[in-house]
Amino acid sequence: MPLPAYATTKDRIWYYTFRVICYAIFFFLMAPILVMIPLSFNAQPFFTFTSEMLMLRPEGYSLRWYQDFLGSDSWMRSIRNSFMIGIAATILATTLGTLAALGLSRSEMPFKGLVMALLISPMIVPLIISAAGMFFFFSQLNIAQSYLGVVLAHTALGTPFVIITVTATLVGFDHSLTRAAASLGASPSTTFFRITMPLILPGVISGALFAFITSFDEIVIVLFIAGPEQRTIPREMWSGIREDISPTILAVATLMVLISVLLLVTIELLRRRSERLRGLTPG
Amino acid sequence: MAQADAGAAFEDAQTDSSGRLTTADGTPLRAALRRAERRRKVAAFLLVVPLLAFILTFFVFPIAQMMWRSVDNPQVVRALPNTLEALRDWDGRELPGEEVFAALHADFVVDSERPRREQAMGPLGIRLNYELSAARSAISRTARSAPGFEAPYRDAFVSSHRLWGQPELWRIIKREGRPLTASYYVAALDRQYDEDGSVIMRDENRRIYVSLFVRTIMLSVAITFLTFLLGFPIAYYLSILPMRHASLLMICVLLPFWTSLLVRTSAWIVLLQQQGVINSTLVAIGLLDDANRIQMIYNMTGTIIAMTHILLPFMVLPLYSVMRTIPPSYMRAAKSLGATPFTAFRRVYFPQTLPGIGAGGVLVFIISIGYYITPALVGGQSGRMISNEIARHMQQSLNWGLAAALGTMLLVGVLALYWLYNRLVGADSLKLG
Repeated sequence: MPLPAYATTKDRIWYYTFRVICYAIFFFLMAPILVMIPLSFNAQPFFTFTSEMLMLRPEGYSLRWYQDFLGSDSWMRSIRNSFMIGIAATILATTLGTLAALGLSRSEMPFKGLVMALLISPMIVPLIISAAGMFFFFSQLNIAQSYLGVVLAHTALGTPFVIITVTATLVGFDHSLTRAAASLGASPSTTFFRITMPLILPGVISGALFAFITSFDEIVIVLFIAGPEQRTIPREMWSGIREDISPTILAVATLMVLISVLLLVTIELLRRRSERLRGLTPG
Repeated sequence: MAQADAGAAFEDAQTDSSGRLTTADGTPLRAALRRAERRRKVAAFLLVVPLLAFILTFFVFPIAQMMWRSVDNPQVVRALPNTLEALRDWDGRELPGEEVFAALHADFVVDSERPRREQAMGPLGIRLNYELSAARSAISRTARSAPGFEAPYRDAFVSSHRLWGQPELWRIIKREGRPLTASYYVAALDRQYDEDGSVIMRDENRRIYVSLFVRTIMLSVAITFLTFLLGFPIAYYLSILPMRHASLLMICVLLPFWTSLLVRTSAWIVLLQQQGVINSTLVAIGLLDDANRIQMIYNMTGTIIAMTHILLPFMVLPLYSVMRTIPPSYMRAAKSLGATPFTAFRRVYFPQTLPGIGAGGVLVFIISIGYYITPALVGGQSGRMISNEIARHMQQSLNWGLAAALGTMLLVGVLALYWLYNRLVGADSLKLG
């Protein structure tokens, strides 16, 4: 929105002040994340820019913290754990959540409001409370300190996201398509896999990505119910920050930011595709 | 689908002898429709059942069970049934008489004959210790020698541990000799029982939780207000930009949103700590003396800064989606009718953004009130919140009943806010990304 030609001086001052404020806030949002990236190449074990770094001398930079990270068994195990737990929880959450969203978006669904509130609640209840409850319950079932326990807990946390994204996709869904398929002789399962599924797929995938990042980023539950065998990346970072904070953390953090960028781009592309499919303009 | 089936039924409709509409096979149309309707209801519900069962089992039930722990009180009843029976007529003033001590001896004898894993005196000691420190050592020391005590039991018990000679311990045993207790809530509200069994405030220096709840709420209010203060201008700016430009800038909001919580928290540690980027820069440009580096982290300031940064996207996203729908012509109309820009903003634009402010505000408040990780890492002492205290009782002091009571109070507060949020915007209208 450019300034109109008739703008007064006061308008002009306000116009530029407002923009300066906005960009300062954007800076506040991005700076912490961006600052870590160069610092992770620091040759010294400090959290601040050394004079060599500022003068852009090559000896100020090194990959030692990345080597440190890649050469550490506990970090490597935590990567394996994070992906294993994340993928398993995502598959479970996406399957259960998609089915439930299909049911919830039907107009005949009884007790819709109550059921919806119940299914969304894992997103609302403070994590410390979920973690405390699950800690006691999973100990009784003997699945605390096991992969199964962590996967089940993360599944519960991930399903609300799947429900929300898939339900949103289903809002624009044209039910006459499934009726047309049925009237042409398709069985319900054929209708689902050939007609419904391709149309809601973008919503399902972005729900799955949300479920994955929820599990991938989750720490409170892991602190309470995971044993030493199930330590994930956030859990390893947690002890890294608490015990001896070294720039290795920043190397890990930089790689994590890279993963977030990939996920963000994927989600954005999916959203646009879904809106195109539903005949909405992107935005 | 409902109309299609109804239509099919209607086309096949015939009239039976009494003139009612029926389907081809002769059932009344009304009954056939109702049956079809019910079948669809069941079908829709069946799709939801797997997830509903999963959430009820692995989420709702564990939390309900945890809440139950905040009133559950089986230890005394299980360990001292005879003593409780003998204490029934005790007035709670003087030390109980010999018959009570004899019953106590009987209870210890019964317990010593139980298999080791089922013995009730260990849990009893832990339970009583929450109410009276040293109770645990009294129980465990006595448990070893008690089966061998001879009458008079009273002297034997009192000489084995001085606590048995204090009426206070007996009052606690009598009070907690019920399957349900309110004592965890009494403790969670910084209160205690006095000699007459009525609830009074704790000593000034032992009050922790009420002020912690107050601090948690104040911090959450401050964070919510700060996210609003920072979120409102950028949401507005994004909403007036052309789409292409806006989606580019939106990355600045979405990238932090998608970045790991621990990554963002460690970024703030890097920036704010005393040897960190901000302090070093200030020293380097001479604004700050090397000896007086500012303490910006491991205190309340650190918690507020880091949490405002982490929760800002949750305010911007709902605000932005509301602001996008406000037609710019309204503001132009107001100005053309003579309003100053400020009046036009205050009277025309701002009221239309209220749903977004409400949604974003409640969301940020709900999230921050139960926040654990960031205060634990950057909060130090003054930035602690109620979740940290719950975690401490869960993991260190192992007073699970008190943890459950604090957790239940927090949960009730959050659920009340969630209900409010539902009334304001509806849970299913939650937008992501």
